[in-house]
Amino acid sequence: MYPMHFVPILSALRRHRAATALIVLEISVTCAIVSNTVFLIQDRLSRIDHASGLAEDELVRVQLTGIGEKPQASALTAQDLAALRAIPGVRYAATANMVPFGNSSWNTDISPIPRDPDAINSAMYFGSQGLLEAMGAQLIAGRSFTPGEFVAYADVQAEKAHPPSVIITRGVAERLFAGKTPIGQPLYVWGKEPQTVVGVIERLARPNEAAGRASAAYAVVLPIDVPYTVAGNYLIRTDAPRAVEVLAQVSAALKRVDASRIILGRQSFAEVRKDYFKQDRALALLLTGVSISLLVVTALGIVGLASFWVQQRTRQIGVRRALGATRGDILLYFQVENFILATTGIVMGMVLGYAINLWLMHTYQVPRLPAMFLPVGAALLWLVGQIAVLGPALRATMIPPATASRTS
Amino acid sequence: MFAYYLDLARRSLARDRALTALMIVAIAFGVGASMTTLTVLRTLSADPLPGKSHHVFYVQLDPRKAKGYTPGTEPPEQLTRADAEALLRAGHADRTTMMTGGNAAIEPARAGIEPFLADARWTTSEFFPMFGAPFAAGGSWAADDDARAARVAVISRALADKLFGAVDVVGKTIRVEGTPLRITGVLDDWRLSPHFYDLNTGVYGPGEQLFAPFSTSRELKLARGGTMDCWDEVPDPEAVGAPCTWIQFWVELGTTTTAADYQAFLTSYSQDQHGVGRFERPPNVRLRDIRDWLAFKEVVPSDVRLQTWISFGVLVVCLINTVGLLLTKFLHRAPEIGVRRALGASRRSIFAQLLIEAGAIGLAGGVVGLVLAWLGLWVVRNQPTDYADLAQLDLPMLLTTFVLAIFASLLAGLFPAWRGCQVSPALQLKVS
Repeated sequence: MYPMHFVPILSALRRHRAATALIVLEISVTCAIVSNTVFLIQDRLSRIDHASGLAEDELVRVQLTGIGEKPQASALTAQDLAALRAIPGVRYAATANMVPFGNSSWNTDISPIPRDPDAINSAMYFGSQGLLEAMGAQLIAGRSFTPGEFVAYADVQAEKAHPPSVIITRGVAERLFAGKTPIGQPLYVWGKEPQTVVGVIERLARPNEAAGRASAAYAVVLPIDVPYTVAGNYLIRTDAPRAVEVLAQVSAALKRVDASRIILGRQSFAEVRKDYFKQDRALALLLTGVSISLLVVTALGIVGLASFWVQQRTRQIGVRRALGATRGDILLYFQVENFILATTGIVMGMVLGYAINLWLMHTYQVPRLPAMFLPVGAALLWLVGQIAVLGPALRATMIPPATASRTS
Repeated sequence: MFAYYLDLARRSLARDRALTALMIVAIAFGVGASMTTLTVLRTLSADPLPGKSHHVFYVQLDPRKAKGYTPGTEPPEQLTRADAEALLRAGHADRTTMMTGGNAAIEPARAGIEPFLADARWTTSEFFPMFGAPFAAGGSWAADDDARAARVAVISRALADKLFGAVDVVGKTIRVEGTPLRITGVLDDWRLSPHFYDLNTGVYGPGEQLFAPFSTSRELKLARGGTMDCWDEVPDPEAVGAPCTWIQFWVELGTTTTAADYQAFLTSYSQDQHGVGRFERPPNVRLRDIRDWLAFKEVVPSDVRLQTWISFGVLVVCLINTVGLLLTKFLHRAPEIGVRRALGASRRSIFAQLLIEAGAIGLAGGVVGLVLAWLGLWVVRNQPTDYADLAQLDLPMLLTTFVLAIFASLLAGLFPAWRGCQVSPALQLKVS
């Protein structure tokens, strides 16, 4: 691109100050909005991909409730678990008081010291023996629970038993035991006496994000054997390819144990995840639609203006052609002109986009716009501008040199 | 004159079909997007109890321990069972009601229907008149039923249909968690949106199907739902003396007691409780009417407000686009304008003519925009949100669409029309 092209282009633009200003303004507002929407889309999509720490492909969750009081809840739970484990393809089954992305949540404040006012808020998972194995949580230090550590929920409620141990996530370990090994350390989770940390798992997502992004990695698991009437969930781990097959059989298996119960839901974990993030997906889709439409409107605006300018400059273009300018020169002229307009708009748009993000951060708790999204908006608008101007510019190259000699 | 200008506008718009279409589409798109999100926003921030929302108040007290107290903090959002029952007994208002959300398994008597779980509300008899619940048959249970923990219930029309295939089922019984409850009334179709009286059990959801006295629900140990906060570990957090907040308490004021009176009553109640050592903190009460409560809880999803802002950003871009296109169009017609000026047309009349042309584009854009808004709302209704089915275009929004479209296009036309009428007659005649 020759620098000398810039001079005539700039002087031509100076003669159309109002139209130039408008197109630059349009590009800048579009750029500002699109950089923000692209970021919001990415933000939502990254949430959807948020890792749970579970063996998701192998998991099935069943929600169950009884009718009236069930005095034999523990015995019934044991029968249920036996029936579930008997289904071909099932590897582990356990009760769980909640599941990641399941929304309903048990939380508590945890700390290595008692009655700590600065204790951190953590999700508190518990369930019957084999819960960790059923989850498929990845142990990175220490050990899993031993059968002897499990205490009955009813006994804990009546303060007749105390859960002796706890397994924590890496997030909790790094926050509360930074720099030392957490294994063997006391942690106040449940009751007046502490639990001993026996293991650390890589990750266990919380059932919801009510506690905020900063606390997202905080979860603990307690060895409290809880009947289905309190837990509400059976978590079943299958051989991965057989999850669907197992899912089809769980209702019948549970009904055979006791028919007077209501199965509120049975889902593969993929469905639990999909359900939880459906609004994020919907918003991402909507914002994608809006961004594309905005770019299209801006492109049409550029087409309209460029067409008008081509029409208006028919004579000059003819003269330039007659004086020896090639078709390529004419094409280049319009492309460079558009590049100048787009660049000016983009520079303004980046400032505006950043300002919009600051306002969104303040008003809607949207995170800070990473600098990389401004170039994304810029690249999109350069591209759209060049494509939009191509049509009118190509039409300009078709103007024959003879136009110059004709009177208008 | 207006008709003549309209005719000129029509001719001019017909001449440049592509450009005209472009402008109409741009306006339509901006208006369509704004009206879609605005309709959703309006639906979600609508007054759930028109005419009464300033007379119905939500009560908050602060029964927590002294530990961790800082003056000026917000009290808990719900009441303890002990306080709710005490306030209910005290009355001191036109109407009072306490409640919690819950659910219960229902065993249908009709063959062929499996037992199912229904969303329920455990409340007191004045709930129904206070919130204007319409009855299709029968009515509320009596105040006496609350005191006796009577085995009674009010059910929704949908539940009556499902269980009995009929609406007038007053006097029949419904099996709730194994206990038969006598039906005293069937509600007509009723959905408060937002579900303001308990925002812990869904904000825009369809509401409950089963209502029974709170006292009955406790005797039968029926499941409660929603949020519960406790500041001490207790074996039974639902017991009367438990240090747990989980009850919503509403009062209707205005006739026998004013809001200021009731607020003073709450303060003196807190002082009394402080006096006997139950409350450790100084009196800290809140009394918010429905509108204030909804504003305080920020019920309108922030995603919806974000979408509204984005769509207005889109409208701005579309308007700038239209300004640019109108400007090029009007300047392109400088020769024609020059001739009209030379023949005696005033600047004013040129300006009017060009603005009318812009307005005509706005009108057309409004029609197309309406179609787009209708399409947009159809998309919204197919979204997986609990307010999806509420998003409907009504008459006021329909009119707003046209007003917005015409206003937007006139706004967009102002500058181009002003530039257009600056054309000097002599210069244009000379060059052409």
